[in-house]
Amino acid sequence: CFWRRFQVSAALKEGHVTPTELCQRCLALIRSTRFLNAYITIAEESALKQAEASEERYKRGQPLGVLDGIPVAVKDNFNTAGIETTCASNMLRGYISPYNATVVQKLLDQGAVLLGKTNLDEFAMGSGSTDGVFGPVRNPWSYSRQYKEKSVPKSHSEDKESNWVITGGSSGGSAAAVSSFTCFAALGSDTGGSTRNPAAHCGVVGLKPTYGLISRHGLIPLVNSMDVPGILTRCVDDAAVVLGSLAGHDPKDSTTIQDNFKPFELPNLTDVSKLSIGIPKEYHAPGLSSEILALWSKAADLFQNAGAKVVEVSLPHTRYSIVCYHVLCTAEVASNMARFDGLEYGHRSDMNESTESMYAATRREGFNDVVRGRILSGNYFLLKQNYEKYFIKAQKVRRLIADDFMRVFRSGVDVLLTPTTLSDAAPYVEFIKEDNRTRSAQDDILTQAANMAGLPAINVPTALSERGLPVGLQFIGRSFQEQQLLTVAKWFEKQVQFPMIQLEEVERHNHGVFQDQKSTSFS
Amino acid sequence: QKVSVEVLDHLEHLALVDFRDSEGVERLQKAIQFADQLHEVNTEGVEPMDSVLEDRWCLYLREDDVTEGNCTKELLENAREKVEEYFVAPPGNIPLPKLEERETFLQGS
Repeated sequence: CFWRRFQVSAALKEGHVTPTELCQRCLALIRSTRFLNAYITIAEESALKQAEASEERYKRGQPLGVLDGIPVAVKDNFNTAGIETTCASNMLRGYISPYNATVVQKLLDQGAVLLGKTNLDEFAMGSGSTDGVFGPVRNPWSYSRQYKEKSVPKSHSEDKESNWVITGGSSGGSAAAVSSFTCFAALGSDTGGSTRNPAAHCGVVGLKPTYGLISRHGLIPLVNSMDVPGILTRCVDDAAVVLGSLAGHDPKDSTTIQDNFKPFELPNLTDVSKLSIGIPKEYHAPGLSSEILALWSKAADLFQNAGAKVVEVSLPHTRYSIVCYHVLCTAEVASNMARFDGLEYGHRSDMNESTESMYAATRREGFNDVVRGRILSGNYFLLKQNYEKYFIKAQKVRRLIADDFMRVFRSGVDVLLTPTTLSDAAPYVEFIKEDNRTRSAQDDILTQAANMAGLPAINVPTALSERGLPVGLQFIGRSFQEQQLLTVAKWFEKQVQFPMIQLEEVERHNHGVFQDQKSTSFS
Repeated sequence: QKVSVEVLDHLEHLALVDFRDSEGVERLQKAIQFADQLHEVNTEGVEPMDSVLEDRWCLYLREDDVTEGNCTKELLENAREKVEEYFVAPPGNIPLPKLEERETFLQGS
């Protein structure tokens, strides 16, 4: 089935729809889809003000750019001035950021309308968006006609409540927000796959940019050496547009490269004969569903039949990436979470006997088990007697993982094609049977290595599974070669024609301006 | 190998997350067991990698000029306990209760 891309930006420019109408429509849809629990905070007042300002600019014929008036959502681990930023944790409940993260500021400077902050796993630790204090996020596809048709009904009322599937994580709220049409783009973060994983489960495009391309200033850090802001949109072109507005050196983030970044438009690739696609055999990981394996194979054939060179490659240290991540992540988390002591911001315990007992009580009260567990483990690996054995060792393994990729790219491969997840989205009741660490270890296996090596990677929604749920495939590119990566991704997207979600609430809100055309993208 | 009570005690002083109950210890044990897989990898002659950008730049320093500040009011807004322009902390240099005095399960071991 084919979907048409309706140019919302053009619609705004030509006055077919106004920014305030668009904003109100999205806010109304957010209200109708509350049950998804995708949003933690809805910034209705400020959003409408931003929309009004945008409308003025359009009236004067002076829009700031393609993003002017476009409703966006931001994961709740990005600082947003005047708006509560919680990281889905009791530790930051009530914390009103005094500043905007650089990426948020950039979006606002382009005229984007910030609808609200989206839900996540607490402090972005998790792969389900189920472990935040505001509850789990529900995958919009759980309520789609496509999923409902395929599920075996036990009883009508029981179905809606017990059958829903997870969004994946940790940027599940952002993915659900984009997937359910409540915004046109959302920011997520990606440390081990946290943007690509929920993108795959929610049927949206999830881009992890090269480490160092986009500023992390204002993104509450998890792992400083791996975190990147992630971009979630409904099509690859939109991701390119958002990337264009966010990338570039930030003097406030010394880990951003100094090179000048030039925003690009994606060509409509027709000839893939000069392309070399690598298929890493180690990504045929244990637990990979036969469905996804088949899709991956089909995709490889697609490229081959179109004339591209498709080669099997090897990344031998892939299976150690998760263990390596486990050590480096917990170590950096132990360090990054040290700032939460109740003194300057965030939750503070009433315990007042001593600094240390106040810190311990504050952190016990403010952090969930997952966070506390990681801090404890991280401190263990950083103990003097363990430092060489675990932390340094992990850093060495990291180099081996990064070198694996370098070797493959140097051999002439342009882009790697892999699955993004092991299977389609699990039902919540199944997912919670295993603990967070086990789940993360299982689910991050295909996405994590790209963070280890700092490489750009993107999930492109590919097809629906037998259960009627989205399955995506991942492309991994060379450092700072987002243009090439996205060009290939866009070509693939066009070939697969991923179906649009058939969601009652979306259809109800979609009459009027858009009539029978569903506006899926803004560019 | 199991984590000794002394190490656990030491860890708590460093981590300050009050996770010394049996669940916390169990988690830690599992985490260590998981991490031990790293030792299967031969890393002889391999340099540890601090940053994926190591080839691209040297961490630069900027001029020591004040470019922003004067935001005392905003910064104090988020603190719960404050006096004038100070954050207020409980008395320091008081160590956490000794092993024998603690009410945790560790007392029993």
